[in-house]
Amino acid sequence: MTRDPVTANPWGALRALTPARIALGRAGVSQPTVPHLEFQMAHARARKAVGLALDTGALQQGLADLGQRAMVLQSAAESRAAYLQRPDLGRQLGHASREALAGAPKGHDLAIVIADGLSATAIAQNALPFLQVLLPALEGWKLAPLTIVTQGRVAIGDEIGAMLSAQIVAVLIGERPGLSSPDSLGLYLTHGPRPGLTDEARNCISNVRPAGLGYPEAAHKLVFLMTEARRRGLSGVDLKDEAEALAGPAIRPNFLLGG
Amino acid sequence: MPSFAHTLGRQVWRFDDLAQLMAKASPERSGDHLAGIAALDEEERAAAQMALADLPLTTFLHDHLIPYEADEVTRLIVDSHDARAFQPVAALTVGGFRDWLLSDQADAAALTALAPGLTPEMVAAVSKICRNQDLILIARKVRVETRFRNTIGLPGRLSTRLQPNHPTDDPAGIAASILDGLMYGNGDAVIGINPASDSLPAVDTLLRMLDEVIRRYEIPTQSCVLTHVTSAIELIRRGAPVDLVFQSVAGTEAANRSFGIDLALLREGREAALSLQRGTVGENVMYLETGQGSALSANAHHGIDQQTLEARAYAVARMVKPLLVNTVVGFIGPEYLYDGKQIIRAGLEDHFCGKLLGLPMGCDICYTNHAEADQNDMDNLLTLLGVAGITFIMGIPGSDDVMLNYQTTSFHDALYLRQVLGLRPAPEFEDWLLRQDITRPGGGLSETLPPAFRRAIEGVA
Repeated sequence: MTRDPVTANPWGALRALTPARIALGRAGVSQPTVPHLEFQMAHARARKAVGLALDTGALQQGLADLGQRAMVLQSAAESRAAYLQRPDLGRQLGHASREALAGAPKGHDLAIVIADGLSATAIAQNALPFLQVLLPALEGWKLAPLTIVTQGRVAIGDEIGAMLSAQIVAVLIGERPGLSSPDSLGLYLTHGPRPGLTDEARNCISNVRPAGLGYPEAAHKLVFLMTEARRRGLSGVDLKDEAEALAGPAIRPNFLLGG
Repeated sequence: MPSFAHTLGRQVWRFDDLAQLMAKASPERSGDHLAGIAALDEEERAAAQMALADLPLTTFLHDHLIPYEADEVTRLIVDSHDARAFQPVAALTVGGFRDWLLSDQADAAALTALAPGLTPEMVAAVSKICRNQDLILIARKVRVETRFRNTIGLPGRLSTRLQPNHPTDDPAGIAASILDGLMYGNGDAVIGINPASDSLPAVDTLLRMLDEVIRRYEIPTQSCVLTHVTSAIELIRRGAPVDLVFQSVAGTEAANRSFGIDLALLREGREAALSLQRGTVGENVMYLETGQGSALSANAHHGIDQQTLEARAYAVARMVKPLLVNTVVGFIGPEYLYDGKQIIRAGLEDHFCGKLLGLPMGCDICYTNHAEADQNDMDNLLTLLGVAGITFIMGIPGSDDVMLNYQTTSFHDALYLRQVLGLRPAPEFEDWLLRQDITRPGGGLSETLPPAFRRAIEGVA
């Protein structure tokens, strides 16, 4: 009988504290077979998630149930392959969508844009429950018609916001799917949206999902940033997120500093 | 406008200007296609490389690619060029420079002395006519050492950034990854967190936590929370314990503006960190990240190929004497580096160019789930960069970054590289690992949890 070639790590209990792949143990210095193959499976699934299409009809219906009318638009990238290789196309509206949007009413405090980005799953799972929390907190904001964009990147919000003459645009977008988080939603906020803006003009709230930043916390941050953006007339690196954390679930202290 | 040409037999290839020649001489990558500046085929690429090889290195001292008047990065490159240091290679062509770099004349001392005489465009040009093995052999000869609380970059050493990211910045979750990494001998380059929230109170909390961990366990390393330089300056003003100031940098003034920075702001960040005097063995106080494609992504590329622009970012980096420079090679996505082959080539180029310019180059050997790449591609690049003498790599639990949603090298990967190439961590950190009984004398990890850490996790979860 040979000795078990896998050395387990005696800190496996810490796995309850993080989704990170800690305490995997080692075979020699390398990852043991089980976690190695689990990783391969997770990668295969994440690759699949990138290719999934957003069910815009279902989302539109869900928004209608919240009392919101939404237009469905498409970026200039006509396929997933084009989207992945041509970021410039994903930042602009396609011709037909531009014409459709031109007829929408103009002059709003806020335009909310929902884009699939790299994870339709993130939108399908998080957009509605997040908006359910956010919308009641927007009393006093004159809201533009909601837009749903397929094959969209963050900057497409600039064109949409400009066409709607919105003071602020907030883009809800599916972030790149991770191995352990294929459902991560990103929020991007721009004051004075217009085509050609770059990242320094935006503020970002990342990783909005049940296992990440919760909906109330994310909505609290977004409303804080939007209110400040409106008051100061700017967004981006000059607008710091000073929002105090909501009283959420009790913060677990760093055990390394206990005692 | 000068033009460049190469003739083979009856066939003549013409290139409108230096920018076009450089772009067409670049090994293929999707970002240059996206910008519409790539060679049409391999034959045109080879012709461009031949034309580039015939070009005197001095060409780059008067043909600036991006005009001096239009771009402060160009002005930095031109104004800081050391003509005396350049002398040993001043008479060479780009092709002759490659031969010189491969020769025995180019030893560690010669390359260290030469670095201030080289411009980013010169090293970018020579990299374009190098095969992967040339990029490895030449980079391996370069010595770059930096210091803050330990010594990074000594021969035979490989350091790691312990990256304990957590989706909500939960202190206990971050601590779990830190412990995991330390027990696997990682963390000597820096313990560096990408915060999920950029809010100043949140970043401040993380900075204080890392500072306390490092002090309580007397770890000879440094911390960094990767937030914008303006936030770091503000936090320093408010009394936060900032070891290293972080910033992403790029190779053009306009791209840097898209990051919300300019050169003056970077200098201000460095001065702020220096004012705290927190380093114990040295004053390299900056941690910088770069990556091919960032300028194009910000529509700030001036028609220049992405590899040349990446090298120009290193001119920005060396201005502030960083402890660590990290090219985050596969993070940006397939529109800039399409697959494993392109990511591997770019990683080797970036390491080579950064080292020749005198920088402590590390690489985030990584890929996203929308790129045509996998763990085997990362193993290849990891091994190649190890042979090339890379200064540091990332270390995260099981290769899966649960906050940034991409895959980079694991704690295990660092141990693999140390084992197959006989590499060791930074000496001060290596001593600490032994004192803590994390590693055993003669190498190898202990099988039990050291007492200090065993006490810490008692009663957790």
